[in-house]
Parts: sequence; C-alpha cells; structure tokens
Amino acid sequence: MTQKKVKLLQGNEACVEGALYAGMKFYSGYPITPSTEIAEESAVKLPKVGGRFIQMEDEIAGIAAAIGASLTGTKSMTATSGPGLSLKLENIGYAAIAEIPLVIVNVQRGGPSTGLPTAPAQGDIMQAKWGSHGDFPMIALSPQSVRETFDLTVRAFNLAEKYRTPVILLTDEVVGHMREKIEIPEPGEMEIFDRIVPEPGSQYMPYGVEEGDIVPKMAPFGAGYRYHVTGLFHDETGFPSNSADNAKFMLDRMMSKISDNVEDIVEYDDLMLEDAEIVIISYGSSARTCRASVKQLREKGIKAGLFRPITIWPSPEKQIKEIAQKVDKILVAEMNLGQYVHEVERIVKSDAEVHHIGRANGEVLRPGEIVSKVMEVL
Amino acid sequence: MNSSLVEGYFRQDKMPHIWCPGCGHGIIMRALAVAIDNLGLDKDKVCIVSGIGCSSRAPGYMDFNTLHTTHGRALAFATGVKHANPELEVIVITGDGDASAIGGNHLIHSARRNINITTIVFNNSIYGMTGGQYSPTTPENELGTTAPHGNIDNSFDIAMLAGAAGATYTARTTAYHAKPMAKFIEKAIAHNGFALVEAISTCPTYYGRKNKKGSAVQMLNYLKDSFVDIKAAERMTEEQLAGKHIMGEFKNVTDQAEYTDKYTALIERLKGAK
Repeated sequence: MTQKKVKLLQGNEACVEGALYAGMKFYSGYPITPSTEIAEESAVKLPKVGGRFIQMEDEIAGIAAAIGASLTGTKSMTATSGPGLSLKLENIGYAAIAEIPLVIVNVQRGGPSTGLPTAPAQGDIMQAKWGSHGDFPMIALSPQSVRETFDLTVRAFNLAEKYRTPVILLTDEVVGHMREKIEIPEPGEMEIFDRIVPEPGSQYMPYGVEEGDIVPKMAPFGAGYRYHVTGLFHDETGFPSNSADNAKFMLDRMMSKISDNVEDIVEYDDLMLEDAEIVIISYGSSARTCRASVKQLREKGIKAGLFRPITIWPSPEKQIKEIAQKVDKILVAEMNLGQYVHEVERIVKSDAEVHHIGRANGEVLRPGEIVSKVMEVL
Repeated sequence: MNSSLVEGYFRQDKMPHIWCPGCGHGIIMRALAVAIDNLGLDKDKVCIVSGIGCSSRAPGYMDFNTLHTTHGRALAFATGVKHANPELEVIVITGDGDASAIGGNHLIHSARRNINITTIVFNNSIYGMTGGQYSPTTPENELGTTAPHGNIDNSFDIAMLAGAAGATYTARTTAYHAKPMAKFIEKAIAHNGFALVEAISTCPTYYGRKNKKGSAVQMLNYLKDSFVDIKAAERMTEEQLAGKHIMGEFKNVTDQAEYTDKYTALIERLKGAK
C-alpha cells in the first residue's frame, strides 16, 4: 500500500511544491519579505530535479531572467512582495505582449512603499491588473489556505502555459507563513498542461493562431525556428509593425484569449448563498475570517452568505451579477481601503447596495467586526 | 559587402534598417556576422538579445533566435536564456545608455557571475533613439540636448568597468577598425565566460551635429586618428598619447570557472539526493 505524502507546510513552501508538481524547472528572483521562503525552497529543490535557480541582482532582473528562461521552453517562476511587484510591472507588460508563459507569485504585505514588511495586506489587487502601462490581459488567483496555495500554483502554471500569458498568484503574508497539513497529490493525480509547440518541419508563424488553437504555438529558442520576439507591437510573423490596424488586431486577440475563456479560468467558492439576504464577498485569507462571520451571523438568525472569488482576474462577473440580482446588500471585506469593491460596484451597478469593510494597518480582519458591519448595514 | 554574409546571416526582407546614413552601427553588426561565420556557429543555437535603443534594433535584422527586450534589461533576459539552456550561444547587443545607465546593475552583476554571455556595446556616446541626450559615456564638456551648456558628468569607461566587475574577457575597438573588431568579437564569443567588446560607434545625426564633429567620414577618421592599440601605446610617450584613446584587448582570463558550468556541476553533485 502506498502511503500518502502528508506534510506540515507553510503556504510559501506549498507554493514551491506546487510549482515543482507543475513542472517548474527555473526560478529567478530577489529576496523580499514575506516571500523569501519561496526562493529558498526553490534553491534547495530545483538542482535536485535538474532545474536551475538563480538569485538575480534586483526584482526587475528576477522577472526578466524568468521570461528569458521561459523562451527556451522551460517552465519558470519568480516570487516577490508588493514593492517587488511594483518593480516588475514593466516586464509583466512585456510578458503579456510577447505572450510568454510565466508565474509571478506576490505574497502581499502592507504598503505603500516599504510599508509593513512583515504584516499581511491585500493591497495589490488593482496593481496586479492595472499596474503595467497600456491594456493587456491578466490572470490572477488568490488562495486562502496552504493546500489551495499548492493547487493554485499548479493552476497558475497550467493557465500560463495554456493561454501564453503571465499569471499572478496573489497570496498574502498570512497564507504565505501559516502552517497547515497538506496531502501532496501523487504524480498524475492533477492535470498538468504544457504549452503547445509547433510540429517539426511545419511552416511556423510565431504569432499566428492556427485553427482550433487559442494561442499561437510556442517554439522554444534553439529548436530551429529562429524567430523574433519583441515588446513592440508585432504582426503574426513576430516582427515590429506600426500599423494601427495590426495593433488593434493583435490586442483584440490578446484580450479575447482571456475574455472568451472566462468560464475556463474563473473559479470561486461559496457558502450558504441559497437563502442569503446579505452576501459577503471576500478572498484570500480575509475570506477565512468571513467564513467565521457568516456562521456567527447565522447563529444570530441573520441570513448571511459568502462568495469567495478564487480567480481574482478575470472577475467572476456572471456569478457576482447573479448574486446582486438575488440580494439587496453586498459587503466586500478585504485588507485594503477599497480595491476589489470597485470591481464589485462596476459589476453590480444599481442591482444591490455595495458596502465595504477594509483596513490597511497590517492587522487581519476579525470575525466580530465583520458581524458588526453586517448588523450596521442591514 | 560580402553577399554570402548577407544571405547567410541577415533577414534581408527586414532591410533597409532604421539607422541614419553614416551611422556606425551597421559596421558593428556586420563584424558580428563575420565573427559568427568565422566560428562556424550553428545559427539555430545562437540567441541574440538586445534592450532598447538604436543598437538594440540590430537583432531584428539578424537570422538567429532574436529577443528584443525592455530598456536596460537585455543582460537579465539573456541570463535566463543562458542559464535555462546553456547549449545556446547567447550574445547581447546593447548601447551605452542601455548597458551602463538603465542597465548598469545587470552589466556589473553579469560580469561578476562570469556567465558565458558575449556583450557587444555599440557605444555612440549619446541617446540616439530619443534624439541626442547625454549618456554615461558622453565626454565632459560635450553637448547633448539635455546638456545644452556642456556636459558636467564624468563618463564611464565601459570596458574597464566590466573588467573590474569580473568580466573575464574585455576589449575595445571602433567602427573604423572593422577587421580587428570582428576578431575581438570572435574571441569574445569563443571565450567561456562573460566577455564584453566595447565597440565605439558614430552618431553623425545627433552627437556629431550637436558637437560640430563634421561628416560621417570625418567622424570615422577621428576614430582612426585618435584610437591607439594598447600594445602600440606601451611604446609611446605621454606626449604622444595626449588626447588619444586606448583600444585593444584589455583582459583575457581563462582560468575562472563559468557560471552555468558551475551550476551544471552542482546538479551532477546532487543527483539522487533527496
């Protein structure tokens, strides 16, 4: 009988386990609290599986090297926290326009600036989506537990490979540093997606989408295709083009590879929504608080429910709309002064009253204060 | 021009290039092709990486795996390419601003690691793409659009900077000295470690016009007259060397382990480890 691999891990350690399970063979990054364990674990484990780790000279180089590595056909990851994400933004845009699969882990901490390095926050929700200049597609996932960090890291790699795009794992200091029991799945238990490469000898159009594909096939550098990759707008051949028509065509394709596949990308979780009169929307570690609050409210006879987006970007728009049509009041709970609440308001419009509870002082939300807020708005 | 060189190594359908008439960059790009040809490298295994600027457009014209990255970051991207697949021959094309201003940190750390990347700095002493601002290699008192009263910054010696930071091969050459340039680039590529060739280029459009350096030909002649090979310089008096610049091979150290080789050895050592 095979024994299940049960471990007591930190969220950050589970992230590396998940990355290795997904096939990560390259990690480049720069030390930053509270994400550093991800680099440390990668440094320990990657060479043992024939992979490669490198500590770069700064955050910008951390993501740049990971993009370069991905171009050789290697599944690559970098990890950071708020200030580091700010530094990586330009190259996140590069990975988006050049369509390079890449996983960026952001263990959120208190900001702005150096802020509260050892305290949790959820202040990078908007930075993740809008931080780099211009319009570009974004996928961001938010785990609430150690096991979910493992699962979503695997999923982040799968989505990055499938949609040829950077994916941000938006975790936070609480999830990153807490320890929980985790059963590591056996190889083969979870689906692993590898980018589609061109057939040997085929006519290769580096940025042209073949019929039946979602994205262009991706040849690794060194395999004989000798193509060009640039952060300039380019046509299907990969070479720069200044044509406005081409820019529109390429950007529309880039955006729609995500927007046309929202159902595949969006994941969420809910609790007691059926008869709910007020719904709390929360994600990541804050959602754990809200789960307790919902139970306390139910004990008081208040019909509260919880909706937890697991995919932060793109938004679970359809699901939030449905909730807004059913209930009069929504409370968004998050560790910032109001970020995801704007997205909820955009989706809900006038279908329901949207309230917000948040803080950005490095303390987690407490069940009692969410209960009080619900009582106040009801 | 040697047509077999053009046919063999350039994407002819991407020509003409964007460089101004009289720009020195084409000479350097050609020297790189000559060096690759002399070494008989497999084109499929060569990856040319660049940043942003006039020089960084070169890879688009060259028939290899080519990667045009963000400003200053070519060496950081290239480090990822080389480390993930050490079989690839990785060459970085960068300019003086790209390499030593915005990308200065990546330059010194790539040199420090002694990773097997060949860096060719197309140094025209000016930001050309943005219209003639002073760069870290603009000489003192010279003019740029952002140094309208004369540059008061001290300038970098990029070849010396790289050597001091740990590059194991460094050389300086100029667009006038096309033949020795190809030889230095060839040696740099063949070198197993971080190699940097500083290729002094000419920008008649911005640097030349702003500083009244004359025509493109006059600017090339200036390179011919003012650069002295380091070996010849050893036999010259201080008087003779006044106003001259030194070129040639500055550093060629072969007993230092290369970065990706060290990591490969680490993987071997850990084989079977839990």
